[in-house]
Amino acid sequence: MKTKLTAAAMAACMAAGPALADLVFPDLSYRTGPYAAGGIPFSDGYRDYFTLVNERDGGIGGVEARVIECETGYNTEKGVECYEATKGEGALVYQPLSTGITYQLIPKVQADGIPLHTMGYGRTSAKNGEVFEWVFNYPANYWDAASVAIKHLLDENGGDLSGKDITLLYHNSAYGKEPIRTLEDLSEKHGYNLSTIAVDHPGQEQKSQWLRIRRERPDYVIMWGWGVMNQVAIQEAANVRFPMENFIGNWWAGAEHDVTPAGDAADGYKALNMNRIADYPVFDDIQEYVVDAGLAAGDGSNVGKVLYTRGMYAAMLAVEAAKTAQEMHGTAQIDAAMMRDGMEALEMTEAKMEELGMAGIGPEFAVSCSNHGGSGGGIVQQWNASAGEWEPITDYIQPDDAVLDPLVEEDSMAFAEENDIELRCGES
Amino acid sequence: MLYREAGDFKTSYVADGQTFPIRFDRWRYYAVLAVAFGIVPFVVNDYWANAVLLPFLIYAIAAIGLNILTGYCGQVSLGTGGFMAVGAYACYKLMTAFPDVSILIHIVLAGGVTAAVGVLFGLPSLRIKGFYLAVATLAAQFFLVWLFNKVPWFYNYSASGQITAPERTVLGVAVTGPEAPAWAAYLVCLVFVTLVALVGRNLTRGKQGRQWMAIRDMDIAAEIIGVNPLAAKLSAFAVSSFFIGIAGALFFGVYLGAVEVGEAFGIQKSFLILFMVIIGGLGSIFGSFAGAAFLVLLPVFLKNVLVGALGWPSDLAAHFELVIVGGLIIVFLVAEPHGLAQLWRLAKEKLRLWPFPY
Repeated sequence: MKTKLTAAAMAACMAAGPALADLVFPDLSYRTGPYAAGGIPFSDGYRDYFTLVNERDGGIGGVEARVIECETGYNTEKGVECYEATKGEGALVYQPLSTGITYQLIPKVQADGIPLHTMGYGRTSAKNGEVFEWVFNYPANYWDAASVAIKHLLDENGGDLSGKDITLLYHNSAYGKEPIRTLEDLSEKHGYNLSTIAVDHPGQEQKSQWLRIRRERPDYVIMWGWGVMNQVAIQEAANVRFPMENFIGNWWAGAEHDVTPAGDAADGYKALNMNRIADYPVFDDIQEYVVDAGLAAGDGSNVGKVLYTRGMYAAMLAVEAAKTAQEMHGTAQIDAAMMRDGMEALEMTEAKMEELGMAGIGPEFAVSCSNHGGSGGGIVQQWNASAGEWEPITDYIQPDDAVLDPLVEEDSMAFAEENDIELRCGES
Repeated sequence: MLYREAGDFKTSYVADGQTFPIRFDRWRYYAVLAVAFGIVPFVVNDYWANAVLLPFLIYAIAAIGLNILTGYCGQVSLGTGGFMAVGAYACYKLMTAFPDVSILIHIVLAGGVTAAVGVLFGLPSLRIKGFYLAVATLAAQFFLVWLFNKVPWFYNYSASGQITAPERTVLGVAVTGPEAPAWAAYLVCLVFVTLVALVGRNLTRGKQGRQWMAIRDMDIAAEIIGVNPLAAKLSAFAVSSFFIGIAGALFFGVYLGAVEVGEAFGIQKSFLILFMVIIGGLGSIFGSFAGAAFLVLLPVFLKNVLVGALGWPSDLAAHFELVIVGGLIIVFLVAEPHGLAQLWRLAKEKLRLWPFPY
């Protein structure tokens, strides 16, 4: 067995080949398992954008991008295997799309010196670049999302939430537990009553949770869900006749495949998003250079969907960071350390997004040494079942940094103390 | 030719009762140990350690533990994942509460804590048997996972509910945490596997093991010939949980470094280890290794062949992996219902009679 494995591993190495002149972007995707519904469109978008850059622009600064896909199944053990298998290939940045895998990788990337970009997931306090040198979570994180959701509710209620009952329905994992602290702190500030209800992995069984919601009749339900849990929750909400416009998912609980199974009953369901969903010119390029050329990662049916857009957005941020790094270091052949510098100096402006054919797809932000988290803005979108599309109903809402910053500070400092990390940026 | 007893004369009872009575077998065993301790640590890299060897060794410990309970003593358990979680969380609490004590001691103590918990959940086995006991241990599985999720004290009140292993050293070399070199993590696991296998093997072929097997084969008859079912069953639960606790502590501390209880120690882990034991062979230490190798190494091997060598899309390969592994499980169990260990045993019989096997 062992010799066979060695032979296979060697064959794998030779097949992949140490092609020097390319930039490697591993894609730790999951196209199988209970979370595949979200993993497939994200990975399609991620890969298609790199294909587009190669086909249309001849690579990043003239160097081809190579994406190595590795299937994790949203499973931490396989995620570690994928990380170890790909890091030797010269990986520039990891985006695992899983909070569980992120927690595995944070110590490892710090030891190996490879950037980790967890866009809107992962460890929130990684926003503090003073402590987390190699981890980035721009443009927004979970605590931002929690604050944005509450701010939206404040707007709806004329700035006063006192006495309202808000229930958090969350995936019982590191991912789902993240916003609890923030929501608790915000409840003290705004005077609403928070109750939390956990849903265990994978979330196909939620009868008892929704029975409780029906009995307690909270004014609002906020959901931190992922995978099959979202569809079930929206269906159950429809079953207990919970008013959809009072049901808000976070940005991982707001894709087309989450709402379509419930049909018309899902009409009015709200979700956060960090991207504005629109018909961007870049999709035409993807159609022309990638899908029609037969190079698409999937079957092309996902182009323009919520998670496809987000995957593409993640790839775009990686490409822009790589370009920034190439400019900074004056070489097209960047390595992981240069990539990190590029990510830290990344600046996204309206003009830049427009130039890329995706005007207004994300918030404007600038990354700095001490702030790895971007601006933190998010929009609220609403599902229109008859038209079958998500409609943005707000502009980018800025989170309540007065509440979030002390929390980030506290959590990241605890990490720094546990791991003997010296603050990097000097006085900031 | 090489594999036979002829000419290998035993002159003492010790020599006659040794684990490997055939000279060739003995040499093979020493050769495996020599390669594992003497050569592999010098050539192992991060990928081989973290993706292949560490999971194999750790699952082998857990499989030996479950094999003692299910294979030798006949008590079906579906609580393995929960007991591994006890080991992991005990190790975490000990590591953070007593940072100056060696991690090796913590791992053994974590095994001890798990043994105590295992005995507690083993108490119902005195009254219920078979499938009913399986359901009782299933309750342990769900209760323990729920407990570690619910009570923040177990994860030191961290915001995400995850536990993360801080760096700990043995003789000045890190064995937990991200800076741990691959060979150090590998050697720690290897030492534990070797010890567990030695202890397990010798326990099961001694008086204790015979009591367990008597209970497994027919508990009423065993009681009549003087086996105390209370002591036999609870000791099986204790020893088994001790090993599983060690596996859980290594799984968390040395292998993954950070775990989330529901994801890492859920019911699927209990089933995985039970399948290892069944495919490997109930009531066999070698079978535990074979089962762990089958279910840990084969998927990695297939993935490397399908995606790496043949260039298939990763999702297609992931689905085919399930098909192939599932198909092979059926093939092996049809060919030999007593597991890989029985195939090995038959092969050895035939080798002894070679060139005229019947």
